[in-house]
Amino acid sequence: MSELLGLDDVSVHFAVRGQTVRAVQHVSLAIAEGETLALVGESGSGKSTLGYTVAGLQAPTEGALRFEGAVLTKATWKQARAKIQIVFQDPFGALDPRMPVSAIIAEPLRIQRIGTDATRRARAAELVERVGLPRDALNRYPHEFSGGQRQRIAIARALSPQPRLIVADEPLSALDVSIQSQILNLMKEVQEQERLSYLFISHDLAVVNHLVDRVAVLYLGRLVEIGPREALFARPSHPYTQALLDAVPRIGRHRARHARIIKGEMPSPLNPPSGCVFHTRCPKAQDVCMQVVPQLEPAGAVGHSAACHFKEGT
Amino acid sequence: MSVMEGASVERAVSPWGLRLRRFRRHRMGMASLVILAVLVLFCLAAIPLQMTGMDPDATDLFARFDPPGPGHLLGMDEAGRDVLLRLMVGGQISLLVGLLATLIGGAVGIVIGILAGYFGGRLDTALMRFTDGMIALPLLPLLIVLGALDLTKLGFSQDFARSGAAGFWRIVVIISIVDWTSIARLVRAATLQIRERDYVRAARAAGAGAAYVMGAHILPNIATPIIVAFTLTVGRVILFESVLSFLGFGIVPPTPSWGNMLNNAQELVTTAPLLAVYPGLLIFVTVIAVNFLGDGLQAAFDPRSEK
Repeated sequence: MSELLGLDDVSVHFAVRGQTVRAVQHVSLAIAEGETLALVGESGSGKSTLGYTVAGLQAPTEGALRFEGAVLTKATWKQARAKIQIVFQDPFGALDPRMPVSAIIAEPLRIQRIGTDATRRARAAELVERVGLPRDALNRYPHEFSGGQRQRIAIARALSPQPRLIVADEPLSALDVSIQSQILNLMKEVQEQERLSYLFISHDLAVVNHLVDRVAVLYLGRLVEIGPREALFARPSHPYTQALLDAVPRIGRHRARHARIIKGEMPSPLNPPSGCVFHTRCPKAQDVCMQVVPQLEPAGAVGHSAACHFKEGT
Repeated sequence: MSVMEGASVERAVSPWGLRLRRFRRHRMGMASLVILAVLVLFCLAAIPLQMTGMDPDATDLFARFDPPGPGHLLGMDEAGRDVLLRLMVGGQISLLVGLLATLIGGAVGIVIGILAGYFGGRLDTALMRFTDGMIALPLLPLLIVLGALDLTKLGFSQDFARSGAAGFWRIVVIISIVDWTSIARLVRAATLQIRERDYVRAARAAGAGAAYVMGAHILPNIATPIIVAFTLTVGRVILFESVLSFLGFGIVPPTPSWGNMLNNAQELVTTAPLLAVYPGLLIFVTVIAVNFLGDGLQAAFDPRSEK
């Protein structure tokens, strides 16, 4: 599989009242064509910021984005916008309440000046059925739909310019569990039909397990582990990933006695810890962790790597 | 939904088509539109009458306070002028001043408010301090200065400066200058709320620029408070014009406007109350109709009104 999107040493900083928030630091990763990469981490880990950067909503402070083999510049940015779309978490805020559904779905085409009014409406009509909504939804407004239906509309909007990559920012977490699986199946279905790639941002590892090919774990703006789903779930290498997986509740199973639990709060990204950002909460931390930033290095399976001085599985 | 449903497969209608559909279903709004159209026609009817030689400013001191009669359907005023004709001519001025001053002042307020709200930062600070400065200016001295401004010094010709048109435009400009600030603040506050919504982010992620976001998302979503402010302004402006005439700028007697006719009639309210009733009634009907028209427009812009 060839690379669709690549991040090259991307950092995103914000200035907040004279201080610098290091939301994302030196992240490099790639998404292949047709692949689903999950970005997991707790809130404040920078996963949404990284998603916004990929979707073009947030310029990287350092580093570069590659798309379809070419580095994205100001000149190529606008074109790439049609091919990278985004689906948001909250289906109530994601749709303009004053726009009929047909206009919402056709909006990316209108912005990109693709086709005429008539062809755009035809595309909206096609997509509305494609995502499993009744055709009379076209002239109705967002307030007439439930959360799950709205998320279908948001997906139809993302699909309208025939994108190659969709950034899905926790698309299921605002939905009822019964609706989640429907939307998940819809996302899988359109992925197969369109050979789409997803950057799937989530904190729900159970959902991640159902959809994705690879998982990237983010902690305090740093990529701490990345690898194929099976390998990473079976043999997590970074202590943070291990704790994250142990924290997933499973029916009929008590928490294992040896469960690795992390204590405390994530440190502030205003002032991240020296060395390994995880050392303040890590059960394995040694002196070296406070001084040397660990680099991503292979950990066991092909394509599996972790940034830890004491990773398992090497 | 529509009558056509079931007959054919639903086709997508443009947002403006749907807005028109909703407006047409709003009875009071449609009725107000008709009433306003009738008022405009009533005022424009003065033009053919004046061409037949009738003059709204011609006085006839022997006919002062004449009761309504065949020649003069609403009688004569304190200077023996035809009341009906003066109402028609005055209406042209009042309606035009009300409409133009509201639209110009409102447009200035919308542009400044939306730019300040959307871009934020230094532009916001600069524009809002400017707005605060305008609000802080004392009204009457400002009006007197603007009213006394010598138009020939601004490069207008002598002929224009002396004509009635100059007085008309002067008053439109004066009202626009003092009246945009509240709309600017309102629009800025509403813009701040909308610009952080995810649908705005989605549009930007699809490559939309600031102009598109403002036109397609922000304006429709802040339309309701804007329309309310506009409708309230129209009525206020019509009355404000009479205050200005009273102070001696803008529409100066004998040129009639509903505002100055109402003002003049105040002194005569015991002897000839009807002279106050006619312009008062017309202003009242106009303001009410504009308010209901605003309701209709709100309904047109708000999809939730469809029920």
